Amino acid sequence: MKVGDLSPDAFAAELAGPGVPIRCGPFVARIVSNLPEVAAPIQLLYGAFPIARDLLVDFHVRLRRATGLYRRLRSHVVFTLDDEPAFHPFPRRLALPLLEWGLNWCIYRNAHQFLVIHAAVVQKGATTCLLPAESGSGKSTLCAALVSRGWRLLSDELAILRPGDGKILPVARPVSLKNESIALIGAFAPDAVFGPMIGGTPKGLLSHMRPPAESVERMDEPASPSVIIFPTYRRDAAASLDPISTGQAFFHAADSSPNYHILGRDGFNILADCAEACDSYDFSYSSLDDAIRIFDDLA
Amino acid sequence: MTESIAARELLAALKAPEKIADFDIGQWDIIIRQARRTRLLSRIAVKAEEGGLTGALPPKVADILRGAFYAGAENRRMVMWETRCMAKALAEIETPVILLKGAAYAAAGLPLAAGRIAGDIDIMVAQPRLAEIEAALTAQGWLPIKFSDYDQRYYRTWMHELPPLRHEERETVIDVHHTILPLTSRLSPDPEELWRHSRDIDGLGLKMLGPQDMVLHSAAHLFQDGDLAFAIRDLVDLVDLFNHFGAEEDCFWDGLVARAARHQLERPLYYALRYGHRLLDLAVPEAVMHDIASAAPAAPVLRLMDRLMPGVLLPDHPDDPNSGRARAATLLYLRSHWLRMPPWLLAAHLARKAVMQAAAAVRRWHEQRRKSEQP
Repeated sequence: MKVGDLSPDAFAAELAGPGVPIRCGPFVARIVSNLPEVAAPIQLLYGAFPIARDLLVDFHVRLRRATGLYRRLRSHVVFTLDDEPAFHPFPRRLALPLLEWGLNWCIYRNAHQFLVIHAAVVQKGATTCLLPAESGSGKSTLCAALVSRGWRLLSDELAILRPGDGKILPVARPVSLKNESIALIGAFAPDAVFGPMIGGTPKGLLSHMRPPAESVERMDEPASPSVIIFPTYRRDAAASLDPISTGQAFFHAADSSPNYHILGRDGFNILADCAEACDSYDFSYSSLDDAIRIFDDLA
Repeated sequence: MTESIAARELLAALKAPEKIADFDIGQWDIIIRQARRTRLLSRIAVKAEEGGLTGALPPKVADILRGAFYAGAENRRMVMWETRCMAKALAEIETPVILLKGAAYAAAGLPLAAGRIAGDIDIMVAQPRLAEIEAALTAQGWLPIKFSDYDQRYYRTWMHELPPLRHEERETVIDVHHTILPLTSRLSPDPEELWRHSRDIDGLGLKMLGPQDMVLHSAAHLFQDGDLAFAIRDLVDLVDLFNHFGAEEDCFWDGLVARAARHQLERPLYYALRYGHRLLDLAVPEAVMHDIASAAPAAPVLRLMDRLMPGVLLPDHPDDPNSGRARAATLLYLRSHWLRMPPWLLAAHLARKAVMQAAAAVRRWHEQRRKSEQP
């Protein structure tokens, strides 16, 4: 049964009560929230994901009102993992982004059975592109654009590499877009479905694009990375794909991994194998159409 | 003694690691949650690995434990690295340094270091050399954590340590002590005796406490000095130390109670043995139980402790929204019972801390509101 199969009332009731265990790739998160306004957006964005009733839950998380003596705190919300807040309280209107940030945090902090790289991952045919990048590099915008032009979404934010065969396990969660990117992708992909538009976040205007149903349906198909691309959005730049060495790719990717150091020697081996198996590039662009063309040529 | 139902599986996993393959998914769910909150998941992972049990576990459980195993190994690497950096920083001063707690367990290769998550590096040094030592560490990048002047005074006068020193790049912390309990504590361990029984750690140029002192320090830390909430991990440490030294050291048990008396630490030892036995099945020689019996508190106090201690040491159920307040009240009671400072000073300090925390929260709220209203 999928999240979208429940009636809105049933979903909201379960969310507020025992919580809804949602599976995203290798992770099951049981989400509990009694904030009435988040039920519909969560069901919209996660509609295609399976409800996992009999599986081990990785993260028992909760989105609730903040408590405390200071009265103003009650207009704030917290995200907790096993009753421990992940961050300080946020204003209530940021509850939905907070859920997304919180789920990312859970994976960053705990998922050390995998090598995790802060990166987008997309696939077309036999070509799987790993796109490591910091915030502000335009990675999510590029990812959303590719995914709207026939590329499969494996992840927008977190590349999950499996030890052993080094394959990437899709997570395919909603793509978070900011500021001008929202309108840009809205125009680029008129059929894309967005969650609510949220203003006043630390990163500006924010909205989440629902992952394409096909990407979610294929979330149990791992993929071996074949290309590593470090994208940078540069205003008015002609699109440019510049090969870099395996070593450079390795070090830049390691820099983007929150748990590379935790996996020690095994982390080194997984990432080295990945870098050696891939062609690697620096990529700068300003036009999404140019970017799509270059990526399609790689596929 | 009532055990917390919510921690029943965790205790079972700790007491009988050889039987963890018997747990079902539902039990593993709560064990993993409780073990994460109490910093014991890496330990469970190590025991599973050592017992060759990983293959018999549900695959996802084995995966999660593997992740925790890595985290424990990385923590140990970090502790050893920091310890060596610290030793290097202090080498020129030529002053003896005793490693305490987790750093000592790791550096000495004690079995309990495997899968144990340590936070700071704790060391004990001779009091007259504190200023030099602080200067040497600061020169290598360990800077006093920025406190208010009030907190600086609290640490330097009433506690037994310099303010914690945090490394400016690596953000790791060294706590420099010169005794093992606060100066204002009712109990006074004898620092000279601690030095007299200390031992060298091979190859590092550093020392560690003698086995009995190590155990007594751990007991004092748990039952006098530290934060009891969810502190079952510290009781696990104690039981490990008792078991290890009981097996490896002649005369460990024989002289233990007398040693505790020397340091005025009989009461913490009493609690350590009692709750180690009751919660974690620690086997204590009869003679020792007999000798320590006189260190028990008055019967009504003991009954109260028996009732409160499991609830404080063990985690409540993570989905239970109501447990926080009862725990907070219990902790307040216990802290005031084991005075860290004279009661009037404790009250003033707590009141001041509460005001400062509230002020900080208000500042943060205003800051956030200001940021979010910017165009």
